[in-house]
Amino acid sequence: MLGFLSFIPRAVGQGIPLLFGCTGEIVTEKSGNLNLGIPGVMYVGAISGVIGSFFYENSLNGRPLNGFLAITIPLLCSLLGSFLMGMLYCFLTVTLRANQNVTGLAMTTFGVGFGNFFGGSLIKLSNLDVPTIALSKTSAFFSATLPFASKAGWFGQIFLSYGFLAYLGIATALVVAFILKKTRIGLHLRAVGESPTTADAAGINVTKYKYVSTVAGCMIAGLGGLYYVMDYASGVWSNDAFGDRGWLAIALVIFTIWKADIGILASVLFGGLYILYLYIPTGMAHMELKELYKMIPYIVTLVVLIITSMRNRREDQPPASLGLNYFREDR
Amino acid sequence: MSDSKAAVSMRNITKTFGQGVIANKDVNLDINKGEILSLLGENGSGKTTLMNMLSGIYYPDSGEIFIDSKPVSIRSPKDAYDLGIGMVHQHFKLVDVLSAAQNIVLGLPGKLDLKSACARIREICDRYGFDVDPDKKIYNMSVSEKQTVEIVKVLYRGADILILDEPTAVLTPQETQKLFDVMRNMKKDGKSLVIITHKLNEVQEISDKVAILRQGEYIGTLITKDTNPQEMTDMMVGHKVELNIERPEPLNSALRIRVKGLNVVNEEGIKKLTDVSFDIYSGEILGIAGISGCGQKELLESIAGLQKVESGSVVYIDDDGTEKELIGMDPLKIKELGVTLSFVPEDRLGMGLVGNMDISDNMMLRSFRDSHGIFTDRKSPHDRAERIVKLLNVDTPGIETPVRRLSGGNVQKVLVGREIYQRPKVLMTAYVVRGLDINSSYTIYELINSQKVAGAAVIFVGEDLDVLLQISDKVMVLCDGHVNAILDGRTADKSEVGLLMTSLKGEVTD
Repeated sequence: MLGFLSFIPRAVGQGIPLLFGCTGEIVTEKSGNLNLGIPGVMYVGAISGVIGSFFYENSLNGRPLNGFLAITIPLLCSLLGSFLMGMLYCFLTVTLRANQNVTGLAMTTFGVGFGNFFGGSLIKLSNLDVPTIALSKTSAFFSATLPFASKAGWFGQIFLSYGFLAYLGIATALVVAFILKKTRIGLHLRAVGESPTTADAAGINVTKYKYVSTVAGCMIAGLGGLYYVMDYASGVWSNDAFGDRGWLAIALVIFTIWKADIGILASVLFGGLYILYLYIPTGMAHMELKELYKMIPYIVTLVVLIITSMRNRREDQPPASLGLNYFREDR
Repeated sequence: MSDSKAAVSMRNITKTFGQGVIANKDVNLDINKGEILSLLGENGSGKTTLMNMLSGIYYPDSGEIFIDSKPVSIRSPKDAYDLGIGMVHQHFKLVDVLSAAQNIVLGLPGKLDLKSACARIREICDRYGFDVDPDKKIYNMSVSEKQTVEIVKVLYRGADILILDEPTAVLTPQETQKLFDVMRNMKKDGKSLVIITHKLNEVQEISDKVAILRQGEYIGTLITKDTNPQEMTDMMVGHKVELNIERPEPLNSALRIRVKGLNVVNEEGIKKLTDVSFDIYSGEILGIAGISGCGQKELLESIAGLQKVESGSVVYIDDDGTEKELIGMDPLKIKELGVTLSFVPEDRLGMGLVGNMDISDNMMLRSFRDSHGIFTDRKSPHDRAERIVKLLNVDTPGIETPVRRLSGGNVQKVLVGREIYQRPKVLMTAYVVRGLDINSSYTIYELINSQKVAGAAVIFVGEDLDVLLQISDKVMVLCDGHVNAILDGRTADKSEVGLLMTSLKGEVTD
């Protein structure tokens, strides 16, 4: 039971970045844009927040942080970074009609490089011996829990032990699910992703929908990066630490059949798989088995992709025009 | 209808597409209230482009549009809806995974309230005699149901001017009659209707006036009841056209293919062909009649080596009498056996041609295996492409134009041209003139006849019974995957064939 109690919060902590990435990519893909740049966007979202809070912390020369600014500055920096990434992707694919796969992959390469470059620069600036930046003061605000959470026993540990971004992630997923299912905006967005010609003929501004949903999707995904650094990693940035979570988030989109509310459970499940190796006893004699257990989330992803590709229901298919650019006068 | 006022007037409309392709040139057109106007013209004569400018898909380069005598500028489909213009496109603009009601309210402002939308949809249906289930998903619908949803969608937005682009091309005769009834109801209600079609009998049946376009130019408007098919055709084509299909007597016919006990089950496990047996002779055209989807596609694909067969045999008999079994072969093996078999499939750009490749490269798809060495031979396909373009009057900016940019009729000409160029022993065609105008259709009929005279065994799957009975030596009627009858094309009666198409022999009561 003790192991389980400590497992759940860690699984959730691992799952929240995936949830942000997955929700963001669902919003994007519903407009017919297959944004493979999400892993890069999450890096940019993370490093932008780190840059903001690094300069804020340093500008104070050791004085205590203002709680409001300590949260707002990294948050806005992160949103701005992923906003710009989203605009770049839209400008290339929607306005210039560049190939979506190539653009997305290039943006992932760019985003990861961008993160590592500025991460490295900040590390140089801070003159530390370790190749990391520790923003523990800012992180304290991000990972602050409700005051009574620690007194609520197992309930508090499982449900209340997270920083505000975790709840924001769940709320975002629920709101996105509601918008897609119940509102006219959601209906229009689905039409744009399924058949842009139809949406266009019905008087829906296809370009606007693609831009807004893709940029919004990027901003949501970028928060996943921010959550990872500021809350999960306790404010410690080290290059490449975020790893391949962005790709897992994209795989989750298929796993959840483009439903943001399913994404909440799915991301926690995958977060759990990600750290499962720590909880499988191997004994000191066979540490190499741990390395094999680390493969679990990827193997599950492969299995899931195989299973989901066998689904036949029309409602469970990807948006019909996913990955295709739209040009009204194309014949 | 001389007292009716013009609902829409188009004046001196010109539209060009990149590379100087003129789609419309100085077109003048009036659409009156409470009137059905047919827009007639060959493929590529600019009918759809002209109407797309009314519905806001394209914007004219020059010219003016008046609605109720007021000049207007239609820059988007939304502008068109606001002016009361609605168009039902040839390729339906519906989202498959959404329901009828969701599709109908798509793009409208305000809160999403499907319940009251459904109520209004039912009201519209009752008024004009439609039959639509608002909650049904589009992907579960037949073509005719989809079309109904499109029309309701337009009416839901309060359109007074309706444009229907080739609405009957995909409908059965019964569905067409139903559509015409609805159109008459709308006309009575004071709406203006434009129907684009190239079936002359439909023009005569439904429309009050007929406007004719030729190569993007407006030729004139006729009162339907004062004109006749010959006059319309001549105006449309610009010269006299012979509206007869020849049927030369078969010469030296010999058994070419013997199909015996063919059974086919498709991927979904539905039985598509049951015990199909028949013979095809060289120098003969075997017409296949049947409601679409009752096994024609599977039959042709079985012979071509593209369809998995449960049981049965397809034997090819060569000129010297040797017999070759074709079942279990793929198209390449069939070719290696020395059987020249040409197939013009129903799905032109899906199975027949590669849309992104140009005409000459599409020719190469058939011949690239013939060249020796590691380099492909590009010259002879290029020459062949040039010859086909010239021979069949393919309207294209050049040999290097990607096929998908050509209009439907020209795509079909390229495909038929390529297949016939093989000098096939067996020629199979499925709905070869679907979507083609009269002139192109007759060119294709002539081509098929020329292959017959040259000794090919021809299988002709068609939907227009009049044509089928004029061109075929024998007519085989398929009904739900069964061979219902094989009749002599010279004596078969249209209504008899129609009945055989819809009810299995033995089930015919009375």
